[in-house]
Amino acid sequence: MTLHSFDWAFVIEKLILIIIIVLTTLLITLYTTFGERKVAAILQDRPGPNRVGPFGLFQPLADGLKLIMKEEIIPTAASKWLFILGPGLAMTASLMTSAVIPWSTDLHLFGRTIALQVADVNIGILYVFAVVSMSVYGIMIGGWASNNKFSLMSALRAASQAISYEIAMGLALIALLMTTGTLSLKTIVADQVSGHWWNVVYQPLGFIIFFICAMAECNRTPFDLPEAENELNFGYHQEYSSMKLGFYLFAEYVNMIMSSTIMASMYFGGYDLPFFDESTVAPNIAAMIGIGTLLIKIVLFVFLFMWIRWTIPRFRYDQLMNLGWKTMIPLALFNMLLTGAMILAKL
Amino acid sequence: MSILQILFFALSAFAIGSAIMVLISKNPIHSVLWLILVFFAISGHYILLNAQFLAIVNIIVYAGAIMVLFLFVIMLINIKKDSEPQKQFLVKLLGVLAGGSFLTLLVALIKQTAQIEGRQLLMKDGVIGLIHPLGKVLFTDYVIPFEISSVLFLSAMVGAVIIGKK
Repeated sequence: MTLHSFDWAFVIEKLILIIIIVLTTLLITLYTTFGERKVAAILQDRPGPNRVGPFGLFQPLADGLKLIMKEEIIPTAASKWLFILGPGLAMTASLMTSAVIPWSTDLHLFGRTIALQVADVNIGILYVFAVVSMSVYGIMIGGWASNNKFSLMSALRAASQAISYEIAMGLALIALLMTTGTLSLKTIVADQVSGHWWNVVYQPLGFIIFFICAMAECNRTPFDLPEAENELNFGYHQEYSSMKLGFYLFAEYVNMIMSSTIMASMYFGGYDLPFFDESTVAPNIAAMIGIGTLLIKIVLFVFLFMWIRWTIPRFRYDQLMNLGWKTMIPLALFNMLLTGAMILAKL
Repeated sequence: MSILQILFFALSAFAIGSAIMVLISKNPIHSVLWLILVFFAISGHYILLNAQFLAIVNIIVYAGAIMVLFLFVIMLINIKKDSEPQKQFLVKLLGVLAGGSFLTLLVALIKQTAQIEGRQLLMKDGVIGLIHPLGKVLFTDYVIPFEISSVLFLSAMVGAVIIGKK
């Protein structure tokens, strides 16, 4: 294949898709921060942000503007390049997951069939897992480069937490893969659409384990030990200011949205609208309905994340490790055995 | 030049450049970070061979888990540039000797075993690195070595736990 025989239309199509996905994700993220403050306010019985614009709807724009306008400070004792690299890595890793997510069924535009998925790779889920294991580097590098003892301790905590919960997450995934028989996210979603039950029916325990581990990987309360304000001041992003801090805070929300999307796709049928036959409407309309359904599922998951955050207090470090190694991993192993036994019994 | 060739040479240059940076970086943290880049470049090579599973496992296991542990340990013991132990001349010489002989061994091995002439590299359309063929081969032809190596891993894990308990 040379440069001339390249299918440029395909490349442009994918580029546009990537740009749309990234921009939409960032826009949704912006309003997730607003949603978080509103949900917190409702749970704590207070009005929440309501000054900027109607119902406080422009609050995230004001927050963003504030972050950009703040003075940017790089500590003199910090390792400069790594200090800059940290937040960038955190943001990149959290956005990269979107590449393998099937957003809906194919669109038919201008005589082309456009798959609403950037890359349908053979190893879809493992790719997500690889990106998750990369995301800890943003925190570790940022925490170390700040040259601050609290930041460093927080980076070490983040690393040990991520590694501990990745194991249980992987084991929960293996049980799911045993029932689906494929790693491609597109096939997993398509199987759930075409008549079967959603995977959560076959893997209820696996889903709960995956959900808890996803919460730990996103560093959400009750698992936000890397930034525990009362013991580590502000954790790994203590020395950060301006938009670099904004990137770290933003990456957490992007992570939350991405893990909600992954959970919706793997366990809750992805873009599948239940009790509705997509083949009765035009393909483009079906695709739009699919995107809408997936978005609603994502919003529900994000709300669940927030609900838990504002209900449950933070774990102690030993409780976190006990939960990870002595509860989650044995449970995930048991789930795997159970799945294996079920598959054998069916044969 | 085809796109594959351009990618191959770019990835190779990237891998070798990062590997050199691992060696010449003064700060051990920087060395580890460059090493992560080397793993990424090697995963890129696997993808060129269409060995997607190998590529992603290389990233998950090496770049994602083992390198995090490396970073973890180095951050914990907090090596400073000036407190880094200076090795004696004899030790350095022995290191060069050992490394050099290992390199010679590798080159000789590659030259003996692989008949490179007349072979075609399966760029982009090989299937052996995809998960289905690999799984089939592992659980049929190579099932005994596979099981034995998993027992080996288990015993290593148990050993690590026992040493850690002391």
